[in-house]
Amino acid sequence: MEFFLQLLVNGVCVGLLYGISAMGFVMIFKASSVLNFAHGELLALGAFFFLSLVTWGKLPMAVSFLLTLAGCFVLGFLIEKFFLRPLIGEKLIFVIMLTVGLAAMFKGLILLIWGGNLHTYPDFLPPSLEIQLGAIYIAPVYSATLVISVIFLVLFGLFFKKSSQGIYMRSVADNQKAALSLGVHVRRVFALSWAIAAMVACMSGIVLGIINGVNVHDLSAIGLKVFPVVILGGLDSIGGAIIGGIIIGLLETFTGGYLSPSLRDVVPYIVLVFILMVKPYGLFGLVEIERV
Amino acid sequence: MKKLSFHPCGNYRENYAQELSIFETWFGRVSLGVFLLILFGVAPFFLSPYLLYILNTIGILAIAAIGLNILVGYTGQISLGHGAFFGVGAYAAAILATRLDVPFYLSIPAAGFITALVGMIFGIPSGRLKGLYLTIATLAGQFIIEYVLIQWESLTKGTMGITLPGPSILGWTIAGDKAFFFLIFICLVLMTWFAVNIMRSKYGRAFIAIRDNDRAAEGMGIPIFKYKLLSFAISSFYAGFAGALWAYYMVSITTEPFNLGLSVEFIAMVIIGGMGNIPGAIFGATFITILNEILRYTTGVLMNVSVITSMGLNMAPLREFVFGLAIVLFILLEPKGLAELWRILRSNFRLWPFSY
Repeated sequence: MEFFLQLLVNGVCVGLLYGISAMGFVMIFKASSVLNFAHGELLALGAFFFLSLVTWGKLPMAVSFLLTLAGCFVLGFLIEKFFLRPLIGEKLIFVIMLTVGLAAMFKGLILLIWGGNLHTYPDFLPPSLEIQLGAIYIAPVYSATLVISVIFLVLFGLFFKKSSQGIYMRSVADNQKAALSLGVHVRRVFALSWAIAAMVACMSGIVLGIINGVNVHDLSAIGLKVFPVVILGGLDSIGGAIIGGIIIGLLETFTGGYLSPSLRDVVPYIVLVFILMVKPYGLFGLVEIERV
Repeated sequence: MKKLSFHPCGNYRENYAQELSIFETWFGRVSLGVFLLILFGVAPFFLSPYLLYILNTIGILAIAAIGLNILVGYTGQISLGHGAFFGVGAYAAAILATRLDVPFYLSIPAAGFITALVGMIFGIPSGRLKGLYLTIATLAGQFIIEYVLIQWESLTKGTMGITLPGPSILGWTIAGDKAFFFLIFICLVLMTWFAVNIMRSKYGRAFIAIRDNDRAAEGMGIPIFKYKLLSFAISSFYAGFAGALWAYYMVSITTEPFNLGLSVEFIAMVIIGGMGNIPGAIFGATFITILNEILRYTTGVLMNVSVITSMGLNMAPLREFVFGLAIVLFILLEPKGLAELWRILRSNFRLWPFSY
């Protein structure tokens, strides 16, 4: 029973991480219907920016965190401007392959600059976040993740429901042409959503880096694990991303704990195929109605 | 026999037979013949073993790329699992050859058919999914196949790998780059011929109709699920066939090369070569293979430059960077790929002095 509970807690923690990593991905998809294969590399870029600022630049935590967020904001903006904007209206495969190419470029760059080794951040989380409930132990990083993910979920919920930019983004996601004709600045919305999404991605990259250490290969693998998560949650629902993340996290830890550790990494994809066969738009996704 | 003429300056076709013809002019047919003659008569006897090795790799990858182009370029279904299908073909051939002692001229096509079956299984989601959802489903297929290849140890020997016997026919063993050159390129010519002709048939036209608008295609009486599955089957047949050739050529295989990176390389070949263009797939395979070789050579040279090594820089990731850059630049600057550049080059000659 204790083993079960510990697995349950671990699963939820890992799942929250997946959920956070998926948020930036969902934002990009929501606003511009781009499937971003470079997401894992964006996570890694954020984590490495932060690493350089903290360990080499010797800047205080808060300052380097804000600087990283600002840098990723600009980076997302530039990616949209130079790579994605020329492809508006092009076929899906070009957009997908462009992000695959970007992923290879970023990965090469990161490996060139920082190398493929595992780096770690200096420890800075307050130990009071540690939770011990009977036999169940929750490491401080995980409770920090929980707090951060709830904060971001609320922030994004408010952003999309209340702020005018958020409403513009939803309108563009819903129907580009209609939004354009009603006076929404579609290009600005695209640029902004990439910028914000890159920011969210690098934030999640930092969180992942705090927990697992910073390593390009691990982070880009997580970028691929985002796919089952978002398909489960529906590609365009941020709350769904968190739920999908938790489901995948639970699935992984339970298969790892009870069945076999090697099956752990594949099980999300097996489930993914079955879900797609039964519910082609994911569990919480919007059903698209097509007309000829 | 067609009139001895150059390309006409415009579309002067008068009937369907002309529309379907592969060679518009007598000149094109002859130049292809001359090219094949040089390829088979001169290349294997004068090239160094290293260059022959590159040529053979291009030939094998081109077969797989043609298969992917049928699926992606003609039927419009994006697959990120082609590298895994390539691996299934390689393992099918290896297992047939080592366990059942099947001769190579049977095991290679059999590997193709086995892979076609596997491809059809992973094509089933295409009945309900399309676009990016299908892409993600094939991505899942890639990971699942990779896992099965590594974990099904009783059959695939896991990470140990399998060593294949040399292929032999009528007591004559095919060994060495030169002998393989003939095997691979005869297969490539046959497979290209088959692909070009299937695209002129009812099936090819149905594929193109599905690509352009699947709902409209269904409305016109094309059973799209059947044709999508068929497209998956043909495409994976090509992948499996190429994988089997590769297994024989490499002699021993492990699961390592058949990862997502290989699938991405195949898609890059199709895009860089030109989607919906059979020669384009061959151009793409040539481009990617040569790019890989050049990058390997350059990074090797850079590793030995004392300034760089003393700075502690590792230049190996440069390969990945340039590979990504090539994909990005092709998509942004010439989305129709090398086939389009080749067409522009030829029409420059034809339209001279008024080329643009």
